[in-house]
Order: sequence, then C-alpha cells, then structure tokens
Amino acid sequence: MTKQLPEVYWILGTLLAVASLASLIGFVLKRRQPGNAAIVNLNARIRAWWVMIAIGGGALLAGRTAMILFFALISFVALREFVTQAPVRRADHAALFLCFFVALPGQYVLIFIDWYGLFSIWIPVYGFLVLAVAAALFSDTERFLDRTAATQWGLMLCVYCVSHIPALLTLPIPGYQGRTPLLVVFVVMVAQVSDIFQYIWGKLLGRHKIAPKLSPSKTVEGFAGGVLTASALGALLWRITPFNVWQAGLMALMIAVLGFLGGLVMSALKRDRGIKDWGHFIEGHGGMLDRIDSLCFSAPVFFHLTRYFFSQT
Amino acid sequence: MIDTLIEWLFIQSVRLLAGAHPRWQGCARSADQRIYVVNHSSHLDTVLLLSTLPQALRRRTRPVAAADYWTCGAVRRYMIHSIFRGVLVERDRTASNPLDPLIRALREGDSLILFPEGTRGAGGELQPLKPGLFHLARAFPNVDIIPVWIDNSHRVLPKGFAIPVPLLCSIAFGASLRWKEGQQQEEFMAEVRQALEALQS
Repeated sequence: MTKQLPEVYWILGTLLAVASLASLIGFVLKRRQPGNAAIVNLNARIRAWWVMIAIGGGALLAGRTAMILFFALISFVALREFVTQAPVRRADHAALFLCFFVALPGQYVLIFIDWYGLFSIWIPVYGFLVLAVAAALFSDTERFLDRTAATQWGLMLCVYCVSHIPALLTLPIPGYQGRTPLLVVFVVMVAQVSDIFQYIWGKLLGRHKIAPKLSPSKTVEGFAGGVLTASALGALLWRITPFNVWQAGLMALMIAVLGFLGGLVMSALKRDRGIKDWGHFIEGHGGMLDRIDSLCFSAPVFFHLTRYFFSQT
Repeated sequence: MIDTLIEWLFIQSVRLLAGAHPRWQGCARSADQRIYVVNHSSHLDTVLLLSTLPQALRRRTRPVAAADYWTCGAVRRYMIHSIFRGVLVERDRTASNPLDPLIRALREGDSLILFPEGTRGAGGELQPLKPGLFHLARAFPNVDIIPVWIDNSHRVLPKGFAIPVPLLCSIAFGASLRWKEGQQQEEFMAEVRQALEALQS
C-alpha cells in the first residue's frame, strides 16, 4: 500500500468533528422538543451521516481498489432503486441482466485498468445499442420506447455518471501525482455540503419557492445560500486540488449549481412515478438515489473540465 | 454446518437482489405458531419471507412445496430437504390425504409458509385459491393465519427465467385471521382472498 496523503487525515478528522457537533446539536434539540418530527428526522439524517463518513472514509483510507468498488456498489444500489420504479416488463429481463451484470461491472473495470477510450463510450454507445436489441429480441412492443428509454436513462444516471467520480483517480495531472483521491473528496464534499446547506438555509430563510410543482421544499433563499456556502468551501479547499483559489471556487460553484439542477430533474422523475423517495436505503434520507442525485449531474462535468484544462491528455 | 452456510448465502443474496423491506401492517414478528398465506409469483418468495425472520424463527418455519417439482433432481431434493426443511405435498391426488404431511408438521409445532394459489402466477392478479387451507384452518383453529403479500418478486425472477435481476421487493404482513365455528368453505376462502387483496396496494 502506498503512503497515505496527510490531507486525508485532516479531512476525516474535520468531518468527524463536524459530525460530532451536529450530533450534539441534534441531542440538545431533542431534549428541548421531544417528539418533534422534524428533529427526529434530523437526528436520523445525522446518524446516517456517521455511517456514510465511516464507509466513505474507510474506502478512502483503503486505497484505489476499495474506492472503485465503493462507487460500483453505490451504482448497484442506485440502479436497483431506479429500475424498481421503471415501467419495465417481463421482456426486459435480459436487458436488465446486461445492465446489472455486464454494463455496470464493465464500466468500473475500465476505470480499474485505466482504458479511458472505452470507458467514455461503453454505456452511451455499446450499452444503448445492445440494450435496445436485447429488449427487441423478446418481441414485446408494448410501450417499447418507454421501456428502453427507462433502462438506458437508469444506466446513464446511476452507472455512467456516478462512475466519473472514481474515474478522477486516473487523471494524470502535472504536479498532482498520487493526489487524485483528494479530487474525489473535493467533488463529493462540495456536492454534499451544497445539499446540506440548501436544506439548512431553506429551513432558516426560505420564502420564495423555485419550483412549487416539482419540489415544494426548494426555495430561492435555500438555493442561493447553499450554492454560496459550497462555493466558499470549495475555494477554501483549493490546497487539496490542482486549482488555484478562484478556480476551485468556480469549480465548486459549477458543482453546486449542476447538483441543484440534477435534484430538480430527479424530482421530476419521482413526480412522474408518483413517489416521494427512491427507497429506504439510508435512514432519514430516503434511498441511495436521493442522496447522490446532485452528484450524478455534477460529477461528469467536473471530470471533463478537470481533464480538459488540467490533465495531461 | 454447511447447510446453515448455504441457507445464509441464499438469504444474503436475496437481500442483495431484492432489498425485501418488510412492512408489519396487521401483526408483529412473533414466535407463535403461524400459517403464512402468501401470494406466489416467483421462486424467491419463500426465501424473501424467510429473510424477514430471525434465524431462530426460520428454523421452525417450513415452506409447503410441490413434491413432483421438488423431488426431481438431486439439487432440488437437497435444497428442499436440507436447506429449507420443506413440507412436501402431492399435487396429484393419488395419496390418501394430501394434507397429511402438513397436519404432521403443525402437530409438531412448526409454522408453515403456504402458497394457496398452488403454483406461481404472472404477478399482479391473485389466482383462484386451493381449498386445502380451509381444511387446515378447521383442524387447527388456534393457529394464526397471517396473510402476506409480496410485491415485485415476479420482476426479480419471472417464471421461465433462470437468473434473477436486482429489483426492490416489498413484503406486507396483514392482520391474523382464524376459522370461526360454523364457517363454510366458500365464506372462509373469500375472507382469506379479501385479506390478501387488501394488502396489494
């Protein structure tokens, strides 16, 4: 195993301190207003954060292979939630098998062996064509377009987009050798902090709804506060990135705005299927997809901006 | 030892595939003797139900399975006898009373998992129920009958496919019911059917 980056310990230590503070606040709130449903949910969310920090931090400490496996597992759980809500039928069984047992592992193996060319077209070219063929072979034409679109879209969101987070590990950035795990930390932390602070600012100051039909909890004040907080954090974190202060701030701004828009799209999908949450995987948060929807949209763009402007390829 | 390991592997893989979030709507998890009456659309149904019970309860909860299907082939025989401790019934009526093995299991204090449709359906609609349940309920009026509705398992492993795909299933347990003195077969079976369909939503 390679020597651990010292920043990793600083970041994990800070996260544990912040989580402890959050737990303390949650405990005090619970003592003051026992039985308040919002506080019960807040405490469930904080408890889930402990688990997520423990597992994510463990993967970070364990190194490259563990990190790739960790995101492969996230893709698996997310895709399972997505497909459950999709209008798939018996004739899609083979297509779903290919999604879960060929497309998904293939995508992460390509990261592992660092084959960028195939990684970038594995799902959008081969996956899309093969899935449509696999569904057509069963000659069930009922809602064919809906069904193929759903499997393809699920694969795109849950596997292709998510896989761009561990793909950051493969970028050859001059002067940044061996430090790419910190890029993963950067994009995940900025996206999650943006989500958390959109929630907090929205609860504190939220007045004007952005999309009342789509997602009644999203407000202009929450959006602005969350995005600004995340951008400021991004700029503060510039030392762990290959960027300078303002570049890091702009990247964080992009991650937060795209994350917000991703959340809107996922809300529209949930409305369409008549559900509030994608599942019960993470207590207090809903499903895995509810937790990572903002990353789905920001990760590929962050990857490509970093690759285009900072990497040696 | 090896049987326990294989059973554990089965339960864990079904959890990984189907999630199996149990909803105890009308009753709680309990060690009392019970007959779980379950809709049937996939081979996974038995393992799904067992996966919601702790190991001590699993030991005493036995699936009722068709003898003609489960005794053909060494793998199926091993699974039904050693892993799931199934109670086998003859579907063709050559035997004296096809319910005898079930009655024996209930006398020994075991709980049963019964699929009253008799075979796997396409998922969704409940098929006609077999009346065997009525005779059991009348013979054991003190055993709770728990209606159970499993949703989505036919999409994980449809009839006719060998390999499952991951999809979340839900499993709902309704309020217990019993045979009441004087209740006729049609009336009782209609009650069971209604209880199952009420869980379907």
